[in-house]
Amino acid sequence: MIWIVSSLVFWIVAWWINVRLSHLPRTRSAGLAVPALFGITLLVLWEGMVRGLEINPVLLPAPSAIGVQFASSLPILWVDFVQTFVKGALSGYAIGCGAAFLMAIAVDRSPFLQRGLLPVGNFVAALPIIGMAPILVMWFGFDWQSKSAVVVVMVFFPMLVNTVQGLQASDHMQRDLMQTYAASYPQALMKLRLPAAMPFVFNGLKICTTLALIGAIVAEFFGSPIKGMGFRISTEVGRLALDMVWAEIAVAALAGSAFYGCVAMIEKAVTFWHPSQRRG
Amino acid sequence: MNWLAQRVVPILAVVAAIFVLWYAGAVGLNAKWAYDKAGRAGVELSFTQLVADTWSQDKPKLPAPHQVVQEIWKTTGAMVLSGRAFSKRSLIFHGWITLSSTLLGFVLGTALGIILAVGIVHNRAMDMSVMPWVIASQTIPILAIAPMVIVVLNAVGVSGLLPKAVISMYLSFFPVVVGMVKGLRSPDHMQLDQMRTWYASGSETFWKLRLPSSMPYLFTSVKVAMAASLVGAIVAELPTGAVAGLGARLLAGSYYGQTIQIWSALISAAVLAASLVALVGVIQTMTLKRMGMLR
Repeated sequence: MIWIVSSLVFWIVAWWINVRLSHLPRTRSAGLAVPALFGITLLVLWEGMVRGLEINPVLLPAPSAIGVQFASSLPILWVDFVQTFVKGALSGYAIGCGAAFLMAIAVDRSPFLQRGLLPVGNFVAALPIIGMAPILVMWFGFDWQSKSAVVVVMVFFPMLVNTVQGLQASDHMQRDLMQTYAASYPQALMKLRLPAAMPFVFNGLKICTTLALIGAIVAEFFGSPIKGMGFRISTEVGRLALDMVWAEIAVAALAGSAFYGCVAMIEKAVTFWHPSQRRG
Repeated sequence: MNWLAQRVVPILAVVAAIFVLWYAGAVGLNAKWAYDKAGRAGVELSFTQLVADTWSQDKPKLPAPHQVVQEIWKTTGAMVLSGRAFSKRSLIFHGWITLSSTLLGFVLGTALGIILAVGIVHNRAMDMSVMPWVIASQTIPILAIAPMVIVVLNAVGVSGLLPKAVISMYLSFFPVVVGMVKGLRSPDHMQLDQMRTWYASGSETFWKLRLPSSMPYLFTSVKVAMAASLVGAIVAELPTGAVAGLGARLLAGSYYGQTIQIWSALISAAVLAASLVALVGVIQTMTLKRMGMLR
């Protein structure tokens, strides 16, 4: 009972502080403190409820139990991380996004192909591509190659659509200016069209970070060697060792956020000129 | 006529190219098995024989499109004709299971998304604290947790439709939140000032200005949410032991090497996704036309 009451009290106090903080003038530290406090509140509520209501750890382990499990099985988590994220997701992400980028530049010169590819690409991007996973696992075997193939297929179309759109982003005036400079096609591409396309390209890259991780993990449900995050999740669920599953999820969340953050940081450096990146 | 040449012809050309590649791929990927078979029988394969064989194998690496179409017809149309539309071998049965959890999850997700968006727009503390976590929640590969959610909810006694719908909900609320927040904030200062000069209360501003002007944004994100919740429903069916649903068909197909079955489930999932998104598109056009926002 004491757990429930104290976590509820913590919740109310934290909420009050957040309201006060959000009415202060916007500063960087307040912008960080408010969501951080919200996250901590969630964890405290979770811990308090699990302890207070005596929820069976088989159903929902407390954050502290997950933390202990996380700390005690670092080697396993690291092996899984390397297998799924570094080998499967990253390689597939690089191949898929790279191929889509080159393909977009290739079709850029042909309006006919653009008009055909954009609707088809948009259509395919909305399909449940993840269903290709069992087929690709059959083709490329159980190891990381098949996972990276799934990732390639998953990221290809969103990236293609975004890049093709981005290459059309420069407006007529700018292109005409390039023409008056007698710029050749590659020159116009390098100096105007590609830089102008960068916000779109990075939008695609950011969408694809999550897709890549999801693809690599889900593909492991259809067959994998005895390591990997998806393999660990599905087997530990079978053994009802949920603290290990949550530890694995924490790794996935950390890796996903870090990956996204990296791409967002590169974006900030590349598209510093874009209105959405300027500080107002 | 011009419209036809401008729009339809390029799309048809790309689709035709995909089919050509598909058939060619079927020949390439299935050739090894065909040669093996011919080698064991001691026959020399001519090119036409090779092609005919690769397009009609029982368990090909890549089934040819017409094989998939045949399989789909066998498990839908033919089943309906023989009056067994809802037998367990029929894709209609499996498709219906997936569709029902998709729709339930979609409705829940959209509702949650709209509520969160309204809160975020009207409450500064919520805007600052919830929004970063909504974004962070999507960097977590929720599909990876799907098996656990299903198993845990099963253990609590919640089984059947709801656990799958929860996964769909989680996937579909995000685009709705982001789109709705953008949409509810889309009225500019002039319009908001106008409401103030009319002495409109907060709720009046919401119902008469913010909500109507958010509609185009809502529909765009609802399309994404629809596609996402179908993916969620399919993946959520994987860990339940391949009982029913399109995801279960995928898993069963991959266990028994029934590639044609996998492809037919995949294609029907694609058709389902496309028609759901198209349906939302039709509703969007009708609503926006009625509201006078479509030119």
